[in-house]
Amino acid sequence: MRATAAEGPAGTAATPAPADVLVRIEDVTKRFGSFTAVSGVSLDIRRGEIFGLLGGSGCGKTTLLRMLAGFEEPSAGRILLDGQDMAGVPPYARPIHMMFQSYALFPHMTVERNIGYGLKHERMTEAQRRDRVREMLDLVQLAPFAGRKPHQISGGQRQRVALARALARQPKLLLLDEPLAALDKKLREATQFELMNIQARTGVTFVVVTHDQDEAMTLSDRIAVMDKGRVMQVGSPTEIYEYPTSRFTAGFIGMATFFEGRVQGVDGPSLRIDLPETGTVIEARAAAGLAAGQAVTVALRPEKIAISRDRPAAANAVEGTVQDLGYFGKDSLYRIRLATGKLVLVHAVNARRTGADGRVADWEDRVWLSFDPEAAIVLAE
Amino acid sequence: MTPPPSASPASPATATTPAAARPAAAAGAGWFDRRGWRDVIIAAPYLWLVVFFLVPFLIVIAMSFATRTPTAPPFGFGGENPILNLQGYRRLFTDDLYIRAFLTSLLNAAVATLLCLLVGYPMALALTRVSPSRRNILLMLVVLPFWTSFLLRVYAWMGLMGTNSWFNRLLTDIWNFLVPADMALRYVPMMNTNFAVVLVMVYTYLPFMILPLYASLERLDPTLDEAAMDLGSRPAQVFRDITLPQSVPGIIAGGLLVFIPAAGELVIPTLVGNAGQPMIGRVIADEFASARDWPMASTVAVALLFLMVFPMMAYTHFQARSEERRKDAP
Ligand SMILES: Nc1ncnc2c1ncn2[C@@H]1O[C@H](COP(=O)(O)OP(=O)(O)OP(=O)(O)O)[C@@H](O)[C@H]1O
Ligand SMILES: [Mg+2]
Repeated sequence: MRATAAEGPAGTAATPAPADVLVRIEDVTKRFGSFTAVSGVSLDIRRGEIFGLLGGSGCGKTTLLRMLAGFEEPSAGRILLDGQDMAGVPPYARPIHMMFQSYALFPHMTVERNIGYGLKHERMTEAQRRDRVREMLDLVQLAPFAGRKPHQISGGQRQRVALARALARQPKLLLLDEPLAALDKKLREATQFELMNIQARTGVTFVVVTHDQDEAMTLSDRIAVMDKGRVMQVGSPTEIYEYPTSRFTAGFIGMATFFEGRVQGVDGPSLRIDLPETGTVIEARAAAGLAAGQAVTVALRPEKIAISRDRPAAANAVEGTVQDLGYFGKDSLYRIRLATGKLVLVHAVNARRTGADGRVADWEDRVWLSFDPEAAIVLAE
Repeated sequence: MTPPPSASPASPATATTPAAARPAAAAGAGWFDRRGWRDVIIAAPYLWLVVFFLVPFLIVIAMSFATRTPTAPPFGFGGENPILNLQGYRRLFTDDLYIRAFLTSLLNAAVATLLCLLVGYPMALALTRVSPSRRNILLMLVVLPFWTSFLLRVYAWMGLMGTNSWFNRLLTDIWNFLVPADMALRYVPMMNTNFAVVLVMVYTYLPFMILPLYASLERLDPTLDEAAMDLGSRPAQVFRDITLPQSVPGIIAGGLLVFIPAAGELVIPTLVGNAGQPMIGRVIADEFASARDWPMASTVAVALLFLMVFPMMAYTHFQARSEERRKDAP
């Protein structure tokens, strides 16, 4: 599939100046026997950003990280750090540190010695080393626990020890493999912001692997969405959400209803698309490159669709009945059945307190759905 | 806490017990929960220890305080020191036969233990690094010698070390090739030396070193090695900082499993050792059998046991501590 997002923010597509690029991953492939875990991945990671790697289980995120750290050699392609080819550089010689998903704290060492472990390899005096450990302990607010062993502190504290240990040597690049996965939901949310805070204070470039889309959206400056060893899309959280370039990305991040259709007419950025599943021809906007007669997929986000009882004066409107609804208090999620039988997800804020719990519609009600031409995500096949 | 057998499923006692953790209680294994039976089952191994270890040991201790008599059995209480004859213990510290035997035993056992560690550690480490199917084959090879009689294997070594064996002749030829003519040998004197004792003990006890080492190394998390390497350590430093310190419990366990039986070893020094430098096991056997001095034999046996009790206690202490740590860990 090809990108056809209409108003993708200008400039992001342009290649950044070489000085901004810390890591360049060039067409990297990793095969285990006959199985290809990572396939032709090219990415630029910029200095000082939090770069999110998002994808389902087994899509190759950890394998990509391990290649950056030096634990695996790419089967093909190159990894450049600051313009320098990393091929053949062993893990201990790379200024890249990793925070392991299991934290991998040394159980026989105290928190302090864990954090100071990497500093043994730095040319510094004992006093400097102690100062640096102290500084890291303060950064992650663990000074009172310096003398404890890893089994004597909580899960959240262990996570912070792992972070401090990986940051102590001031790496150029920090790799975090599912840094928050082992924490419970509440702690995870608080820790997300702490992680961003620490990244901003240290200025170290982070690559964060996650399979949690909310986490990726909150943490990252830019996200790469991966599927089956390939990078499907790279962009800011907004770009990925609002301008997905593939059906996989649109479906993986957030919710969407997909319609198969065919372009009927092109008028500059404006398109008329015949969507048999809605029984209508809709108006949409898309970048140039689409011609009349071309098959497309249209994705609609639930919150971009308005729901009303009377026919609205909008460009795109369809009638349907409420098949199903989930009431969440502040909002509701509806499943609307169109005349063609197609089910559409619609998300609506319960702004009023009247009616049946303030809902716009109830089961089996007839309603109208409408959306702006800008709201339709048009994906070329 | 165990719920009474009559407790209904809705009673607070059962409601607070996780069902998965106590399936027996739910299945109504009431007979087991009834106090008497449980105590009997738990007491059985203790009873075994009392009957077959504690009582004989107390008899040996009592015998060590007895006086040698020409009767059968050849000891009795009476005479000058009717109850507490401490002559044996005095001889233990004054007659240098016993002191030398203890020193020989401890030295031979210590050298054998150290060599077992040096040979066994790389083997145990290698076992953790091979594929699971290869690992099972190699583990079986480690214990394979146990399938043959121990005596047969010692006799095989005697054959190898003997002055006329092909093995000895081979070593002699190599030696004579390497050294100047005036140092040439007719054969390599191996039999009836402490070298032979240590060699055969290392061969015999090696599996007792490898298996506990393997068990402790196999439990280590390989990502810790990766983490250390990621933080700048070369493989040798990773071994020194991460692998070695974490395998200390295995080293201690293997060390004790080799050292304790090696120090009391009787058969190997008798068959291949130097009769002029007996080990303590030999001394005990001689006192019992040829000298028929049961009180003295008991005295030496008690002394040996106490000598071995201290490292054993240290080990138990260490084990309990690391066990505690593992329980605390998530
Ligand atoms: N050493 C290996 N040998 C063979 N296959 C491997 C090896 N390492 C990873 N794989 C395979 O490569 C694929 C990608 O694995 P990877 O660990 O990178 O996934 P992931 O994206 O990190 O998944 P998760 O979110 O579950 O951690 C998986 O199918 C995995 O089975
Ligand atoms: Mg992973």
